Amino acid sequence: MAYRMVCLMKQVPDTRNISADVLREDGTVNRQALPAVVNPDDLFALEMALDVKDKHGGEITVMSMGPPAAIEVLKDAMSRGADHAILLTDKKFAGADTLATSHVLESAIRKNGPFNLIFCGRQAIDGDTAQVGPQVAEKLDIPQVTFAEAIEFLDKNDIVIRRAIEGGFERIRGRIPLLVTVTNTAANPRPPSIKRKMFWKKAQTRSSVQSEEERVMLSKRGLLIPVWGLAEVGCAAEICGFAGSETWIKHIENVKLTAHEPKCFDTSETGIKELINELINEHII
Amino acid sequence: MENGVWVFIENDLGTIADVSLELLCKGRELADQLGCELGCFIIGHQVSDAASDLIAFGADMVCVADHAQLVHYLTLPYTRIAVELIKEYRPSIVLIGATHTGRDLAPRIASHMRTGLTADCTDLQIGEYKFGKKIWKELLWQIRPAFGGNVIATIVTPETRPQMATVREGVFRQPEADPARKGTVVDLNPTLTEQDLIFKIVERVKAEKKVNLKAARIIVAGGMGVGSKDNFQLVRELARVLGGEVGATRAAVDAGFVGHERQIGQTGVTVRPNLYIACGISGAIQHRAGMQESSRIIAINTDSSAPIFSVAHYGITGDLNEVIPRMIKAYKEKD
Ligand SMILES: Cc1cc2nc3c(=O)[nH]c(=O)nc-3n(C[C@H](O)[C@H](O)[C@H](O)COP(=O)(O)OP(=O)(O)OC[C@H]3O[C@@H](n4cnc5c(N)ncnc54)[C@H](O)[C@@H]3O)c2cc1C
Ligand SMILES: Nc1ncnc2c1ncn2[C@@H]1O[C@H](COP(=O)(O)O)[C@@H](O)[C@H]1O
Repeated sequence: MAYRMVCLMKQVPDTRNISADVLREDGTVNRQALPAVVNPDDLFALEMALDVKDKHGGEITVMSMGPPAAIEVLKDAMSRGADHAILLTDKKFAGADTLATSHVLESAIRKNGPFNLIFCGRQAIDGDTAQVGPQVAEKLDIPQVTFAEAIEFLDKNDIVIRRAIEGGFERIRGRIPLLVTVTNTAANPRPPSIKRKMFWKKAQTRSSVQSEEERVMLSKRGLLIPVWGLAEVGCAAEICGFAGSETWIKHIENVKLTAHEPKCFDTSETGIKELINELINEHII
Repeated sequence: MENGVWVFIENDLGTIADVSLELLCKGRELADQLGCELGCFIIGHQVSDAASDLIAFGADMVCVADHAQLVHYLTLPYTRIAVELIKEYRPSIVLIGATHTGRDLAPRIASHMRTGLTADCTDLQIGEYKFGKKIWKELLWQIRPAFGGNVIATIVTPETRPQMATVREGVFRQPEADPARKGTVVDLNPTLTEQDLIFKIVERVKAEKKVNLKAARIIVAGGMGVGSKDNFQLVRELARVLGGEVGATRAAVDAGFVGHERQIGQTGVTVRPNLYIACGISGAIQHRAGMQESSRIIAINTDSSAPIFSVAHYGITGDLNEVIPRMIKAYKEKD
């Protein structure tokens, strides 16, 4: 059986290695200076989908909600072997919390047609929240398996998944359609193929092309990535973006680090000995 | 019982999860402040003994869903039972532990109720919120570090109910049991449908020994400054010599230096050991959130302006590759 799959992928600022040069004087981060990357867990989600495609056949549609720049995520996914990509972008989608995000993703998935499997990353590194996947599953009224590490069996109706639990794992059997969130302990993502990467490098959206000729040319080569806004997704404006968010930021406080002076010891053997002796005398060690 | 504060009680074969007790303790505080009741619900099998404990730990009402098929967490029936309870009792606040189970369940409930949910809060308070001319009184302030450096965000859910938040283990303290406390236990006697059970656990393997960072008196934690998985041996060795546990930053965990269960911070565990030794850790706010209440903190970092020094009691500006072996040597020589 060929499976219809959707993989949800997010573009995130790379919060993993925040170097000193992106930090402002007051300790806040200059977001613009951070590279935008594909959310790491989402590559594991895509890999799991690609593996299903390799073993059983099927088609993978990748969707990402974000600003126009999120097209980069889709190009990356296409270079790794996804079949279709849709960029979900609209001013009305901006400022979304996870609930509002899940409304847009749910509508887009429904709009895209029947599906057997939906894949998400376990969590996005900009918030580590891990909420969007389960929220989408609930709205689609389908089951979910979170923290998935491997699909061990799959046929027309049934699926067996190994999922991580604290201190171990579970093998869980059930039915599709299903939404799966994938951890970074699953199979490693394959690299993009160089050939596909070169090809997809040129991809654009309709609004970013400069001329009609270019549009026709890109469209002919299949390099025009569809963009769905509010109208195409068909979801009510009041449940999207900032308007649809039920978590409101009351305020943001910049934590001032007090000019606190720890007791300093130097790195010489004598310095370290002093520290250890002080800890021993104070019964700390 | 409407407008109460509710806590989801996670259990493993009847043993209540620490994080749920911690939430009960915080929930009691919030309920007293709001002048409302504290409810909780526990789903599992043979969990009735736990119910009386929960009252001793502060609950006014305990709803018990006991069923052989519910012995381990399953998304669909647990969500259905939780949603039905929320619709019946209309709590104002629902708190859930940010464990694997909690992170599977909480967003599912929030999505069903179309309400807000804030993950991994590091503090919860009651307060008001003004927006334009509107004032909401007695809202739950959901406080957590926000991405973007040294910033903490206070988040509210003014318009929908319940207000939902998840919290990691160790953030709040454990309550003390008061066996004299009175409360009601409601037996839900759930009947399960075929739809509830379309997923079944066919095998479950759980290692007995779970690292217990929270109970450790001494923690030696390593960050990116340690440099490599191999070099993490230095951190392990210092921990071993001092009789402590090994911890790490999210960055070190992501880099594969140690397992995820050792992550300390906002999205890891919160610890308060007697001694915390931070080796090659810059001290980002998400990390500090999980360790700054340690009694004594030693920071070892080559960069004297690293934020970790601002929460440290003892500082060594230097290379951990020199400092750690010297610490081990000095400690071994003292006897
Ligand atoms: C939503 C979210 C949640 C997060 N949750 C957590 C969390 O729970 N826990 C957590 O820890 N982080 C968390 N983070 C990540 C956090 O923001 C930081 O990125 C992370 O803590 C940095 O880890 P680090 O200190 O190991 O690395 P770095 O910030 O890279 O610091 C390395 C330090 O090592 C020092 N160093 C280098 N070489 C040496 C040497 N030879 N000897 C001594 N010192 C040396 C450097 O001067 C530097 O200060 C989270 C981030 C986000 C966005
Ligand atoms: N804007 C988005 N577009 C597409 N997928 C998303 C988006 N936000 C979240 N997701 C998916 O949901 C997962 C969990 O995200 P989060 O709840 O933000 O931690 C991610 O790993 C993605 O698979």
